[in-house]
Amino acid sequence: MINFELSDAISKTRERMHMMAEHMMRPIAREYDEREHEKPWDFLNTTWSLSKNATVGPNAETKEQGETPEKKKKRGPSELNLRTCVAVEELSWGDGGLYLSIPGPGLGGAAVLAAGTPEQKKRFLSRFKGDKPVWSAMAITEPSCGSDSAKIQATAVRDGDHWVLNGTKIFCTSGLMAGDPKNSEGFIVVWATVDRSAGRAGIKSFIVDAGTPGMTVAKCEDKLGIRASDTATLIFEDCRIPIDHILGSPEVPKTSEGFKGVMATFDATRPIVAASAIGIGRAAVDLIREELEKQGIPIRYGVAAHQLTAIERDFMDMETQLQAARLLTWRAAWMMDHGQVNNLEASMAKAKAGVVVTQITQKAVEMLGPLGYSREILLEKWMRDAKINDIFEGTQQINLMIIARRILGYSSKELS
Amino acid sequence: MIDFELDEEQQLIRDTVVSFARDEIRPHAREADETGIVPAALVKQGWELGLVQSIIPEEYGGFGNPHSAVTGAVIGEELAYGDLSIAMHLLAPRLITVPVVEFGSEDLKKTLLPTFCGDDFQAGSAAVMEPRIDFDASAPATRLVRDGDDYVVTGQKCYVPLGAEAQHFLVLAGSQNGNGSGTVHPQAIVVARDTPGLTVGERERNMGIKALATTGLGLDACKVSGDHVLTGGDEGSARLANLSRVALSSMAVGVARAAYDYARDYAKERHAFGQPIAQKQAIAFMLAEMAMEVDAMRLLTWEAAWKLDQGQDATREAYLAKRYAADMSLKIADNAVQVLGGHGYIRDHLVELFLRNARGFATFEGLAIA
Repeated sequence: MINFELSDAISKTRERMHMMAEHMMRPIAREYDEREHEKPWDFLNTTWSLSKNATVGPNAETKEQGETPEKKKKRGPSELNLRTCVAVEELSWGDGGLYLSIPGPGLGGAAVLAAGTPEQKKRFLSRFKGDKPVWSAMAITEPSCGSDSAKIQATAVRDGDHWVLNGTKIFCTSGLMAGDPKNSEGFIVVWATVDRSAGRAGIKSFIVDAGTPGMTVAKCEDKLGIRASDTATLIFEDCRIPIDHILGSPEVPKTSEGFKGVMATFDATRPIVAASAIGIGRAAVDLIREELEKQGIPIRYGVAAHQLTAIERDFMDMETQLQAARLLTWRAAWMMDHGQVNNLEASMAKAKAGVVVTQITQKAVEMLGPLGYSREILLEKWMRDAKINDIFEGTQQINLMIIARRILGYSSKELS
Repeated sequence: MIDFELDEEQQLIRDTVVSFARDEIRPHAREADETGIVPAALVKQGWELGLVQSIIPEEYGGFGNPHSAVTGAVIGEELAYGDLSIAMHLLAPRLITVPVVEFGSEDLKKTLLPTFCGDDFQAGSAAVMEPRIDFDASAPATRLVRDGDDYVVTGQKCYVPLGAEAQHFLVLAGSQNGNGSGTVHPQAIVVARDTPGLTVGERERNMGIKALATTGLGLDACKVSGDHVLTGGDEGSARLANLSRVALSSMAVGVARAAYDYARDYAKERHAFGQPIAQKQAIAFMLAEMAMEVDAMRLLTWEAAWKLDQGQDATREAYLAKRYAADMSLKIADNAVQVLGGHGYIRDHLVELFLRNARGFATFEGLAIA
């Protein structure tokens, strides 16, 4: 039955995350934006110790997957994805870059969950239960291909008891923390092809432990925003990994089912990225609301159209667009929690959130004039942080493309 | 706990209305727009669906179903998907029954509601909007003044659906404290057609909703019994205003979805440069955004409707949802015309009708029709 009220459990999660955002993240946000390549180790260590009993993230998901049927029945439908979206919104409201820098399974862990064998899930995800923070990352993008992920050139060649990886990956979020053993006993999930002639069917994911000879973290990017998050280039030169480090089956199927399987990870992660964008957008909206209140400028809901001031109209547009994005995101997450295919809805959520928070944060800077433009407050940073959400995890244009294919019933060959 | 699924009864209602809209309403949309007439047979069929009797309590002859703004939003969307004019005609009696069921006095309910529970369609209406650029629904220029046990109503209304047919009108007027210098409060009062001083104007001519017979309404010192005024105070007025916003919003979703579906289907058939135009990014991306916005509009509408059903004040959500729906339904309908190109401009296709209808939502107010 239609219901728009968050459960008590999720509300509690939101409160906890908000406390963390307000008291641990906001105070150091500016500092780690300015000191781009330094890491806030106190914050990272604290989030790690807090994450042990986390009710969100792949740790929580593995826990739910391991539940007995009786426990599952008692619990009712899962709210894991929805709860994660709510949590991520709060943390990103705190700081978009710091949120991304938090240790944990991340995208790499999500890939293991989506494509790994039960043994692999156990082995690799148990790394996140230790005393020291561990990161994992996903490396897909290469210098010459981003959106067109089927065209990746990194190779994996079987050699006895090993796979040998060669290639270059760029724009790997948390690649430094996951790939450099100085930072953690983490791992990188690397997309590489085992058979170029097979096209997407030949693309597989491989787990490379931090410190594996042949994998180098070559550099970290200087970015417009989310500077607290490291964005790394990884170079693979005859990097040898054990044979059982291929995620799932090494067979090259006749179809691209395997590729589709990993792409399905995105159905779970797109709503989460949308939620992160919404958090950043909300930070801006909350700030504008506070400033308007301070100046005694009312926002009159219900006022007759001819009396609406420009600033009221602009603020109301911001709020409404944000809520539209949020509801699309919650819907996509709710569908996944209820075992429904949500490929279309996940892309709608991501496409909407990306564009909306870009517009909201840019408008917000304009609305606050010189104060909005100044580095004395965080708003200009939120505008810089927001922009990436329209780009990574599937650009807006790619997400519109996915929506278009679904609603028109077209394959990627029919609509490109 | 968050839930995006309608309950079984709502799904059943939706399925019934979907079929009715597709099979009975839509085939008449173009002709109704050209002639300005909603076929009598269709009005009869709509009546038999029980859309009006549904939420009138059993003691007054109705079916006694609880009023749900969410269910109303589903009905509003699906009927409007068929055709907006016809939808508004079929639902028009609710403009008076819904507010009276919620806020009418016992005497008023006893005399008025049974008249809407007979075998045949009984027209009813609301007179809310005023023909002035500074119309303010929270402080109408139409005035309500106490006169002993009665009230005297004076003013000018426009956009009154079925004005020529309705026997009773729910008039939104403004009342002021004491000597007429205090704040104006909106108040609704039921005025019978035969009240001395009431004149029904000529049928209006609008860009859209052309099959919906709307008129102006003049009230010249109309004396009305005190128990015809709706109770509920400012909170009641706010609730009615929000019910209206949600209902209109849901109809905007219906019109927008109709435009999007039409454009999508056309684009898959129409060839240019060797392919269906749906296989061109410019068109495909427009359609993708249209689909996304239809869903976004609906979710915002349902959230506001749900809050109303919880008895919460939903002014912020309903106001914002309606603004969004009015803007987006126009944009979507406009894009639909664009997708059809030259053919979208011709009255052979319905998209130009959807565009003319969609523009209306920004101008409609105070119609608690669902």
